[in-house]
Amino acid sequence: MFRWIGNVLGTFWRVFRSPSGYFSLGFLTVGGFIGGVLFWGGFNTAMEATNTEQFCISCHEMEANVYQEILPTIHYTNRSGVRAVCSDCHVPHNWTDKIARKMQASKEVWGHIFGVIDTREKFLDHRLEMASREWRRFEANDSLECRNCHDEQYMDFTRQSPRAAAAHQRGLVEGDATCITCHKGIAHELPDMAGVHGWE
Amino acid sequence: MRLFSVTVLSCIAAFSLLAAFSLLALHSFAAEGELDALRANVPLLEEPTPEPLYRVEDRSLRPVREYPMQPPTIPHRIDNYQVDLNANRCMACHARTRVGETQAIMVSVTHYQDREGNYLGDLSPRRYFCTQCHVPQTDAPSRVGNTFVDMSDLIRGSRQRSE
Ligand code: HEC
Ligand code: HEC
Ligand code: HEC
Ligand code: HEC
Ligand code: HEC
Ligand code: HEC
Repeated sequence: MFRWIGNVLGTFWRVFRSPSGYFSLGFLTVGGFIGGVLFWGGFNTAMEATNTEQFCISCHEMEANVYQEILPTIHYTNRSGVRAVCSDCHVPHNWTDKIARKMQASKEVWGHIFGVIDTREKFLDHRLEMASREWRRFEANDSLECRNCHDEQYMDFTRQSPRAAAAHQRGLVEGDATCITCHKGIAHELPDMAGVHGWE
Repeated sequence: MRLFSVTVLSCIAAFSLLAAFSLLALHSFAAEGELDALRANVPLLEEPTPEPLYRVEDRSLRPVREYPMQPPTIPHRIDNYQVDLNANRCMACHARTRVGETQAIMVSVTHYQDREGNYLGDLSPRRYFCTQCHVPQTDAPSRVGNTFVDMSDLIRGSRQRSE
């Protein structure tokens, strides 16, 4: 049995080592292509794994604070049964944006190792800073992540509550507000809002 | 000796009070036909069927007040609105400086007064927790009767009687 495996491996090694003169150009091209696909796929799979909620809340900083707070909100349970998970709001689905975001995320590993927010107190002290960064990001990309699920083009204002319809008409259609301008704190508790525009 | 008798006396007093209270408690368990908001008159060893959650009014129509000093009911949903040390979601719409953008109704000036009647620059601390006084309404059927008569109906009624 082992000999058989050894033989196969040996043959493979010999073929692998020998100069490419034995193979046609066509074989090399196709092989390279398949290899590329495999590599790309593996990369993609790794990216997907880091997009699951399980991954995010594997760190207690995320599990004990923001995850607990999202449980009673509409993005965790609702009549339609559609869930928004962490990465729906915090990692853009767009491929290039995705890599950019992942590079930034490496900072979090650093923060985890050095315990920047490893107690509730530290988390709360740090919260305004983190939330402000998120708000800036949503404002800069016109709330792209929200719009991946909610598109104002397809919002039927007549089916919304009068208060919502009026605000959306004024802010989205006529004005230049974006979702996060009015919808702060929909998924987690807010930091001290004194001095944040729109909150007195 | 004095100390001893005082102790004995207070013990007796305490016991008789206790007995009286437990009788009272027994009585309140026995009462039938009365509204029991917690267990809906279901015996202790049985499981009550919970009532459905009723829909919260969200029509945004300003409610009539039953008397001028009544805190108006809230004509919209307030699910998950955060009101704590960090943030007051209500004031993000109802504050003097916010109504231009949100077109909500400004809280009346009484919310900016302290209890001596001085006008403050900001919301008075005693008015910070809005739902102490203001509540949203649901379409739940009312569990008890209500004989409230509006002041103006009373006046109209007595005028008609005197005619
Ligand atoms: C290694 C543990 C760990 C994991 C896993 C993790 N986080 Fe974090 N996260 C942290 C720490 C620590 C910080 C604070 C970093 C800092 O500000 O220095 C943080 C901060 C954040 C912030 C605030 C960012 C900012 O700009 O200040 C967001 C948003 C966030 N995490 C979302 C996520 C999401 C979404 C996931 C899953 C894709 C995730 N985190 C996975 C530890 C983690
Ligand atoms: C529906 C969209 C949404 C979902 C789902 C969501 N978040 Fe957030 N998150 C936000 C917004 C918006 C902010 C900006 C602060 C705010 O408005 O509360 C934020 C802020 C944060 C912050 C910065 C600290 C803070 O509370 O302000 C962290 C950390 C974070 N989110 C992690 C997570 C993790 C982990 C999950 C998954 C358990 C998650 N978020 C799910 C929208 C979302
Ligand atoms: C994964 C898709 C998804 C994403 C991303 C998402 N939402 Fe939602 N959102 C939903 C669903 C599903 C509901 C519930 C719909 C229902 O059943 O009425 C909802 C409901 C809401 C509501 C209604 C709240 C209520 O009480 O009725 C608001 C406001 C909202 N989302 C804002 C946002 C904002 C702002 C963002 C971006 C930070 C966002 N959503 C991102 C899926 C999403
Ligand atoms: C000018 C402020 C404003 C902007 C901008 C805004 N909203 Fe709203 N939205 C409101 C108000 C006010 C309500 C009703 C009150 C509430 O839900 O707290 C509302 C309600 C909603 C609801 C629930 C609908 C209902 O019938 O109650 C959803 C979903 C929603 N918004 C999504 C969004 C999304 C997605 C965006 C960005 C494309 C957005 N909103 C931008 C102010 C705004
Ligand atoms: C998104 C903005 C917004 C928020 C947040 C908000 N309201 Fe309102 N509220 C309104 C608007 C607009 C009206 C006017 C009627 C309508 O359109 O619903 C109103 C009406 C009211 C009224 C009726 C006033 C009257 O004279 O009849 C009361 C009371 C009230 N709100 C209390 C509250 C309380 C308490 C909270 C917080 C738990 C709150 N509101 C949060 C926008 C808001
Ligand atoms: C101690 C009880 C109390 C608290 C707490 C309170 N209110 Fe009031 N509110 C009243 C009363 C009583 C009235 C009606 C008489 C008046 O205007 O003073 C009223 C009136 C109002 C009105 C109608 C104003 C008008 O001119 O028609 C609004 C809107 C309102 N309150 C919002 C709020 C908000 C938002 C909060 C929280 C920040 C709040 N109230 C906290 C008692 C209270």
